[in-house]
Amino acid sequence: MTRYGSVLDLIGNTPVIDTSALSPKPNVKIWTKLEGRNPAGSVKDRVAYSLITTAEADGRLIPGKPGQTLIEPSSGNTGIALAMVCRMRGYHLKVVLPSNVSIERRQLLEVWGAEIIESPGSEGSNGAVRRAQQLAKDNPDWVFLYQYANPANPLAHYTTTGPEIFKDVPEITHFVAGLGTSGTLMGVGKYLKEQSPDVQVWAIEPPSGEMVDGLRSLEDGYIPPIFTDNNGAELLDRKVVVRPKESLEWTRRMSEIGLFVGISSGAIMAGAVKCALTIPDDQEAHIVTIACDDGWKYLSTGAWTDDLDEVVERAKRIIYF
Amino acid sequence: MSITVRIPTVLRSATGGAATISATGSTIGEILAQLASDHPGVQPQLFNEDGTLHKFLNVYVNDDDVRYLGGLQAPVADGDEVTLLPAVAGGFA
Repeated sequence: MTRYGSVLDLIGNTPVIDTSALSPKPNVKIWTKLEGRNPAGSVKDRVAYSLITTAEADGRLIPGKPGQTLIEPSSGNTGIALAMVCRMRGYHLKVVLPSNVSIERRQLLEVWGAEIIESPGSEGSNGAVRRAQQLAKDNPDWVFLYQYANPANPLAHYTTTGPEIFKDVPEITHFVAGLGTSGTLMGVGKYLKEQSPDVQVWAIEPPSGEMVDGLRSLEDGYIPPIFTDNNGAELLDRKVVVRPKESLEWTRRMSEIGLFVGISSGAIMAGAVKCALTIPDDQEAHIVTIACDDGWKYLSTGAWTDDLDEVVERAKRIIYF
Repeated sequence: MSITVRIPTVLRSATGGAATISATGSTIGEILAQLASDHPGVQPQLFNEDGTLHKFLNVYVNDDDVRYLGGLQAPVADGDEVTLLPAVAGGFA
């Protein structure tokens, strides 16, 4: 089909590409699902659409009714995706955004009319979540969809991303994805293990706890409720940290095979390569990874063009993921 | 066997400001027990009262989360690097 009634009809059904040229082992194929092909540019389009349509179905949001306001913490992509859907539906969106995200993320939010509320950059996403929770409490008439706790988040991946992956790569042996809200890993992981219980699910995370220097004690820590609600510790088989330098190196390696993807995609590819190295030589494996978005939003960071060590230093101050 | 343990900023007040500490042991449990015995202030930050890992503390051996490698029984070898990091809302969101 090449004619569509709405931009929202373009969400999902993203292509999977063979990226085995980056695999360290000939017996291991690596497939990458290109989520940057979604209309607002990231995997979060699926989540935003699911959050909004679920809230409309249960009456928390009423399409066409004026004066409805939503509040959401986001380091970027969820906010951008929600901004697009809200603009189309006529809702006013306030996004709590850490002050140290790339400039393109702020600009995209403004493209779709979202209002930005800054949270301290030193507190990272943690600070944005806390601020949004407080604002939602203080303003009970605002709708707080709270992507970190809303079952509609993993459900979007259970009903769309997971089935798409299994249809396109039925031989899948490993699924490797980024851990933020944990929505992708919980939704896709659950679906894949139901279809094929031997599929291994690997989570990749940035060393966030090292970058957040606004943390006063461990008690300020945070685990997304959807991770706990979905027994994340049981669902995952491995959880691996990928550091900024490796993330940037692999983001560049991906551009060498023609893929211009965001920096979290490089981190996830680095994780997929680590995963490949654990597979015995006599065993065929098919790893599926997610490229969460394209590279456009990160051009201002110099990720592809500046000296690698300089970009790594900058990565300690700017939220790239 | 010498293992390097990287201490996050939030725990450094209990380690006299040290960012890295050397420890010996053959499992994560032994390494953390030695850390707690050398720096008693760290104990409640590492463990719950029942001896399990604090829920907001992630422990990695060479960047691999030990909760998926056998927990406190996860093996460590000479030259390994153990990193302690607080669990926070991370990226990709």
